[in-house]
Amino acid sequence: MNPALQGLITIIIGVGGCVGYFYGANLFLDKVLFRPTGPNAGRNINRANQIRPWLFLMPALLALGIYLAYPVFATLRLSFLERLPGNEYAFVGFENYTKMFAEPKFMEALRNNVLWLVIVPAAATGFGLLAAQLTDRLAWGNIAKSIIFMPMAISFVGAAVIFKLIYEARPEDVAQIGILNHLYLLFGGAEPQQWLQIPFWNNFFLMAVLIWIQTGFAMVILSAALRGIPEETVEAAIIDGANPFQIFFKIKIPQIMSTIVVVWTTITIATLKVFDIVFAMTNGQWETQVMANYMYDKLFRANDWGMGSASAMIIMLMVTPILVWNVYNARKEMQ
Amino acid sequence: MDAIAGRKPAVVWLLNISVVALVILWLFPTLGLFISSFRTGDQITASGWWSSLFPAEQTLQIRAADPDDNRVDLGNGRFMVEGNIFDGTGFEGEMNAWATSSRNLGAFAPGETNDLGDGETFTLNADGTYVWEGDDDQISGRAQRLFIEVVSPPEFTTANYGFVLFDEDNSEGMAKAFFNTLTVVIPATIIPILIAAFAAYALAWMDFPGRAILIAVIVGLLVVPLQLALIPLLTLHNAVGIGKGYLGVWLAHTGFGLPLAIYLLRNYMVGLPRDIIENAKVDGATDFQIFTKIILPLSFPALASFAIFQFLWTWNDLLVALVFLIDASGQTTVMTKQIVELLGTRGGDWEILATSAFVSIAVPLGVFFAMQKYLVRGLLAGSVK
Repeated sequence: MNPALQGLITIIIGVGGCVGYFYGANLFLDKVLFRPTGPNAGRNINRANQIRPWLFLMPALLALGIYLAYPVFATLRLSFLERLPGNEYAFVGFENYTKMFAEPKFMEALRNNVLWLVIVPAAATGFGLLAAQLTDRLAWGNIAKSIIFMPMAISFVGAAVIFKLIYEARPEDVAQIGILNHLYLLFGGAEPQQWLQIPFWNNFFLMAVLIWIQTGFAMVILSAALRGIPEETVEAAIIDGANPFQIFFKIKIPQIMSTIVVVWTTITIATLKVFDIVFAMTNGQWETQVMANYMYDKLFRANDWGMGSASAMIIMLMVTPILVWNVYNARKEMQ
Repeated sequence: MDAIAGRKPAVVWLLNISVVALVILWLFPTLGLFISSFRTGDQITASGWWSSLFPAEQTLQIRAADPDDNRVDLGNGRFMVEGNIFDGTGFEGEMNAWATSSRNLGAFAPGETNDLGDGETFTLNADGTYVWEGDDDQISGRAQRLFIEVVSPPEFTTANYGFVLFDEDNSEGMAKAFFNTLTVVIPATIIPILIAAFAAYALAWMDFPGRAILIAVIVGLLVVPLQLALIPLLTLHNAVGIGKGYLGVWLAHTGFGLPLAIYLLRNYMVGLPRDIIENAKVDGATDFQIFTKIILPLSFPALASFAIFQFLWTWNDLLVALVFLIDASGQTTVMTKQIVELLGTRGGDWEILATSAFVSIAVPLGVFFAMQKYLVRGLLAGSVK
């Protein structure tokens, strides 16, 4: 069957099914199960209202349970198992983990991930803050913001192609078509560089892609936060003779600190899961491996589910502090 | 900012210049790809995209017409070849200088006659017409080589898009991948919205035990990396017979998108005025009616924000498609995967790469610029508290 047609039918079945479920279940509850008539009318209405929230929640809970909650435990279990021929599993304890930590490629991925985690959120938040502050009162500030925000819509893979063109190196005697090498030669570089093949430093050229994408996000949120700062605090500082830098660092930053933290953690989570950029640009060669790509390698290239799951658990472990902190904050807010 | 702008012209200038620098830094990467997608492969490798916007100076290497076929006998053992050097090249531009050897590039002006020695002469005019004269030996064998310095105007073509999108013979074309991506994206955007809207309403406006815990769980699930889900779910899909295919990828995207959807929509619905809902209840409206007649229409901005997020995320996704959709047959490949493949096989063919990448970028960019307002609103609802 034509996939487009199949897609159309799925939309109709999916959407119709959802609407039908919600409408039908609701009708069933009121008209069949607990009819609001007869001697028990009042009790029936109460009962129906106790069940109704769960009717509304059911599809969501099912999907969340199967697609997010269950895999956490299943992956944890798999990380302690070894897959044997014939769909058999053997319990191996922490062997997957110890084997993994002994692998240089894993240590490299871990080191690079830590590097990404330190640099990308800091740089994206910093650039975002700078862009938010500079564009704020500019006549054409909104256009500038739109442009800096735009990479957000571009896929990691698309961005990988864009930056590969920037990093492109051609032989020394012909014209450079990558702008980085063009500028490098213009400012006195000796010969064109293969930027993505220079170990260690190539990590930074990959990070540039994510920073380029995430800065707009940081800018949009921080700019809203900056606008929310009460004018009086800034005016008072001006009257007291504070210079622009003091106003920015001593008056404005402290007031938007909580927003900065939110932006920082959001970008941190995105950075932890970075996969597409490395997969498309270097595929972990030349010492650019990261955890998510290492895991993909283990799962689908080496077919080693045990070690793949173990490395997925390491990613989960790195996310956990943020998870706990988010939940803690959300609960505090609701009370 | 008043203090920084300070109404001092120097500072205002500095401010403008730094923002211009930022904008250039953020715009030029995409612009480079965009411009490259309108150039031929030869143009891309000959010069950087930034120089394509201006008239380009380049040195053309062309040979005169084959003397053995085209020479005219002038008598006295003299022969001549006449013609136009630009015939058949489609060249439009201006000639600056020319030469017959790579050692003295640009030695002659258009219209000048180059004495090649022993009575052999070559005259080249600005319009490309030439006269090549000499004796029998000289006007035979290989044709005279010419090095012509020309200035050609900026030249762009849409042929790359024709090749990538509409060429039936192009097995690496994007047309099929484009429709596959659409097939993934539309259901994967609509279905989670529906499911999440009902759940968000229940979490926002219905009272039941365990509500607070559920909300906390959803906040927790927001950050669970989907990497964890790959193997268990693939095994599950295989066990229940879904295998790899559209159904699997729709379900996966629905599951992975739900926490954000529920979180965003609940935050928005909770902020709706209580009076409206209570009045409706007093008037005898059921929960179902309140939801469909009041909450859904009022929540349109939040629904739109999430729809954009989910659209961008599913359109740009590579990992989920790789794991749950694309099988060995490659019939269901999506655009991101196709581009990664091209990066491997056509790494140097920038005209194909740039065009393919831009085909996949164009739709999200269009959505982005059309719906930016809702996107910003959604981001703010999701993070600023």
